[in-house]
Amino acid sequence: MAEPVRRTPALRRLAARLGGAVFVLWAVATLTFFAVRLIPGDPAEAILGGPGSQASAEALASVRAEYGLDQPILVQYLAQLGRLAGGDLGRSYALKLDVGPLVLSQLGGTLVLAGLALALAWLIALALATWSTRGGRIAARVGSGLEIVAASLPHFWLATALIVLFSIWLGVLPPISTPGPAGLVLPVLTLALPLAGFLGQIIREPLLTALESPFVLSALARGESARGVRWNHAIRHAAIPAISLSGWAFGSLISGAVVVETVFARPGLGRTLLNAVTVRDVPVVIGVVMVVAVAYILMTLLTDAATRIADPRTRAR
Amino acid sequence: MSDLELQAELGLGARRQGATRRPRRIAVAEGLAGAVALFLVLSAVMPQLVAPGDPLAIDPLQAFQPPSLPHWFGTDESGRDLYTRVVHGTGNSLLIGVLATTIGLGLGVLLGTLAGMLGGFVDFTVNRVLEVLFAFPGLLLALLVILIYGPGVATATIAVGLSTAPGYARIIRAQLVQVRSSAFVEAATVQGLTPRRILARHILPNTLAPLLVLATLGVGQAIVWATALSYLGLGAQPPAAEWGAMLSAGRTYITSAWWMSFFPGLFIVLTAVTATTLGRAIERRMRHA
Amino acid sequence: MSAHPVTPAAGPAGPPALRVRNLSVGFGRSGADPVVSGISFEVAAGECLAIVGESGSGKSVTARTLLGLAGADARVQADEMSIAGASVLALSEASWRRRRGRDVGLVLQDALSSLDPLRPVGREIADSLRLHTTLAPAERSSRVLELLDSVGLPDGELRSRQRSGELSGGQRQRALIASAIALDPPLLIADEPTTALDVTVQAQILELLERIKRRGTALILISHDLAVVSRIADRVAVMSNGRIVETGPTHEVLGRPRHAETRAMVAAVPAGKPRGTLLAAPRAAGPAAPATAAAAAAAAAASAATSAATATPRPARAAAPDIGPAIVLEATGLTKGFRMPGGTRLLAVDDVSFRLERGTTLGIVGESGSGKTTTARLVLALSAPDHGEVRVLGRPWSSVSEQDRRPLRTSVGAIYQDALGSFDPRLSVRDILRHAVALDGPRRPDTGRPALFGAHNGEAQARVAELLDRVRLSPALLDRRPLELSGGQRQRVGIARALASRPQILVCDEPVSALDVGVQAQVLDLLDELQRELALSLLFISHDLGVVQHVSDRVAVMNEGRIVEQADAPSFFASPTHPYTRRLLSAVPRLP
Repeated sequence: MAEPVRRTPALRRLAARLGGAVFVLWAVATLTFFAVRLIPGDPAEAILGGPGSQASAEALASVRAEYGLDQPILVQYLAQLGRLAGGDLGRSYALKLDVGPLVLSQLGGTLVLAGLALALAWLIALALATWSTRGGRIAARVGSGLEIVAASLPHFWLATALIVLFSIWLGVLPPISTPGPAGLVLPVLTLALPLAGFLGQIIREPLLTALESPFVLSALARGESARGVRWNHAIRHAAIPAISLSGWAFGSLISGAVVVETVFARPGLGRTLLNAVTVRDVPVVIGVVMVVAVAYILMTLLTDAATRIADPRTRAR
Repeated sequence: MSDLELQAELGLGARRQGATRRPRRIAVAEGLAGAVALFLVLSAVMPQLVAPGDPLAIDPLQAFQPPSLPHWFGTDESGRDLYTRVVHGTGNSLLIGVLATTIGLGLGVLLGTLAGMLGGFVDFTVNRVLEVLFAFPGLLLALLVILIYGPGVATATIAVGLSTAPGYARIIRAQLVQVRSSAFVEAATVQGLTPRRILARHILPNTLAPLLVLATLGVGQAIVWATALSYLGLGAQPPAAEWGAMLSAGRTYITSAWWMSFFPGLFIVLTAVTATTLGRAIERRMRHA
Repeated sequence: MSAHPVTPAAGPAGPPALRVRNLSVGFGRSGADPVVSGISFEVAAGECLAIVGESGSGKSVTARTLLGLAGADARVQADEMSIAGASVLALSEASWRRRRGRDVGLVLQDALSSLDPLRPVGREIADSLRLHTTLAPAERSSRVLELLDSVGLPDGELRSRQRSGELSGGQRQRALIASAIALDPPLLIADEPTTALDVTVQAQILELLERIKRRGTALILISHDLAVVSRIADRVAVMSNGRIVETGPTHEVLGRPRHAETRAMVAAVPAGKPRGTLLAAPRAAGPAAPATAAAAAAAAAASAATSAATATPRPARAAAPDIGPAIVLEATGLTKGFRMPGGTRLLAVDDVSFRLERGTTLGIVGESGSGKTTTARLVLALSAPDHGEVRVLGRPWSSVSEQDRRPLRTSVGAIYQDALGSFDPRLSVRDILRHAVALDGPRRPDTGRPALFGAHNGEAQARVAELLDRVRLSPALLDRRPLELSGGQRQRVGIARALASRPQILVCDEPVSALDVGVQAQVLDLLDELQRELALSLLFISHDLGVVQHVSDRVAVMNEGRIVEQADAPSFFASPTHPYTRRLLSAVPRLP
């Protein structure tokens, strides 16, 4: 039991993780490249405005040459990989803009939205979990019921309900995301509440387990107060599983952003993606997907690191 | 981790707590969830019984009526009764949810079992594939499918099914691996059971037992996602009586007729909460039956 | 550092460190039976009182009540409860908090979970100082180092930065004790402080507690094991069903136990009891009715008689079928290594050889990490040795394929430490045994599948009933799942399952180490009886030399993957040769 724990050299582990990340990125690029070949119809036609545009043969040919669509598929694939590796995401069919700058200009808004929502969700979840595990059986029932309901709230409906309540009835907040802090309140709240429901459910059980564990009894026997036990001991145990789910939370926030940005007419990655899907603007879709994949992978790497810092036990494994 | 895995973890993971306690009686929440589920199923199978009107009957004189005794949920822009429409939409919405879950669960079981049983190279490959699919978090995979095949009810259903499959696959695989290396499987080996009998008698039943729970939890999730796609205009289209499509239609009139958005959404929330509550109740009972 | 009287005598000089009169603790409805009812005791400075009882006897609730930690829904009543002369009855939570750690300290079992696994142990110890003193952080750290040193943990600088998971079981327990005595409280309560520790470590921890006691601290030691507490307790109080049924000086209580419960506990200690002695009073099958004192006394007398009868060389075991070889199990040169993270190889089992003779018990004893569990897995062919071979009934076992080994599997039964984990959680006791019985029965000629199957097969049912009867389980338990059984009942189901295939060899891997001493006694008695009646050969693997001494005809001691000493039991215990064996033997808890 007392064997000194041997650790895999940090560099080797890091290299393995980065290798894995690069592999996933390559696979995502490959998958999307070949997946969009499945789209029925001629991409050149799509670029020129779809089958209804009745583009001339010359126009089609020039577009094919411009976008490299006349090359063999393997050449196109390698060229695409090369471009992606260089950070070039191609050109939008519909907007006739470079996708890279377009996506980057939308990224900031979404990150602000997601970041604020994540912070708020954590706050709500922690507050609810600590309150409801302290206040006896009824509080616990109410707390866990609230969490289940919150987690079941679809973003699009919650957004609508919040708009009706705060914008139309109370008239205190804008129904559309105007620039400035007031315009952020409802979108952030919409994203945060369901996530808080999930986080709360994740926190609750380890929190209860920790509060009943022998080390808490030991701490109490040392003269620690109920509050001290909660904040010095239990909260950390409760937070670790939720921290390790940050990758998932990020994904769920991005999904939610698609809806929330649409409802509140807020510029961002999600709305850009939805518009691109609707008009089949393939390069933009691929661009957003690639950016999200990169962000997701970064997030999982960060999560891993955070978990290792928060929970020294995982370092031994 | 996917939404589904999380749901499952929360549903199945409750076993650590009070594992030896039998549920005493049907809790209030479980009873309520059962009643709601019954109502929803009845609405889906025999909507005429629950709401005798015609969901598509237009009555322009009655347009935009707020909730009242004759129109419990109010009326929409064409004077159609919203209560009737919501009830008649249950069938569509539930069907989409069930179909999507079936697709996702079927694929997930297939991939998860292959990986968990065959191990080695297959396991490695399946795991890499899942890892890649997880880099399309949440709705992203569904949106990609819709990009390729175009919007519509069928596509949306398949898209939601496909995007839940990786989650199911990982749960099934993890469960399989855990059961396979469990002490009771070793004990069966020591007893002299053949690998085939161990598989049939111990490994498969214990791996697949959580499927019912997973499916229940998953249907709720699938309905939320599918209605989200309809809401975004990528699934069922108005004037179809489908919850997401109705919400989408109500969006235009949100300032004047809040009820057009409120009630269809309420049914979605009810369904999701019911599915979660029932899923957990089934899990608790299965452990102690 | 001692502000308390050093003399252990409870003189009339001052008030006792703790005095409790007529304490009752109940939970839930006010009409419900109290968990602790009307107990009285006191402990003087420098004295050790042991409170002994089986699980559920109310001893742990008593301990928590003495710290005001019985819980919000507990109803505590007493005529008096005072620590160092000051009443602690009806204290507010705030004043309890000021006393906990300062006036009374608590040491729980298994410091892996009793110290916060996420915090360095130094911080845990310093917490006591932070809560009760005005010391600056630097002063606290230097005091922590002193404390670690005083509990026998050198390298304080390093240790205080480690977390409980990085320490060995003994080191952890020392750290936990350090955190409890940081403020030198006049009263220290230790609740099963050595359970789950290796015997040598257990002896060291007991020594440490004794040192603390001699320094003038009043010590309450709570345990289910009389032999453990008898080492350092001055007085013993025996608890049963929430009452103290007997109390007195240790040597008196152990020497002349008056109450049936005490007698049963004394009898249950396996160390030093000759082979075949009954450890538990015979009880009725199923949920045992509380035996009347008279009946229990009679039973104890009977067991004493049996003990006298079997102390003489045991009669050759009945009806050993003289089919097959005399050596039923043979291991030669078994070696098994594992790759450790980081690339080094650890030889878990290193050139281990032994033979098990028909109808006898070979005990393999070793502390954690000695390789005994790996040995069990090799014997059960759950993993393959790197070198060496296992033969069963003279036939090759480890060297053949699983398919070729399978016919022979019915000859080798096994029971495990974690009986619960060894059962399919979906199956009821009935199903578990039905499956096991079917496996042994004849096969249908057409399909080759077991014929003895199906819920309504009369023969199968009869076999299941017979097995239940063999292990003294009530048929009422048939439809329960193992999760709903007690630890002892689970192990009996495990034994019944192992017997279903009528094995000749029974491999027992730590079969009683998860059980209370009282239940352990019953299971050991059962194994002994089964061995005699069924002519079983037992490979008995345990960390507990006391148990091994009681059950074995031959003993092998493992340390660091090797067998360091192997001999027939009488000569082994009479004259151990290896120093490790001697150390182990001297650490075994036994009654004086």
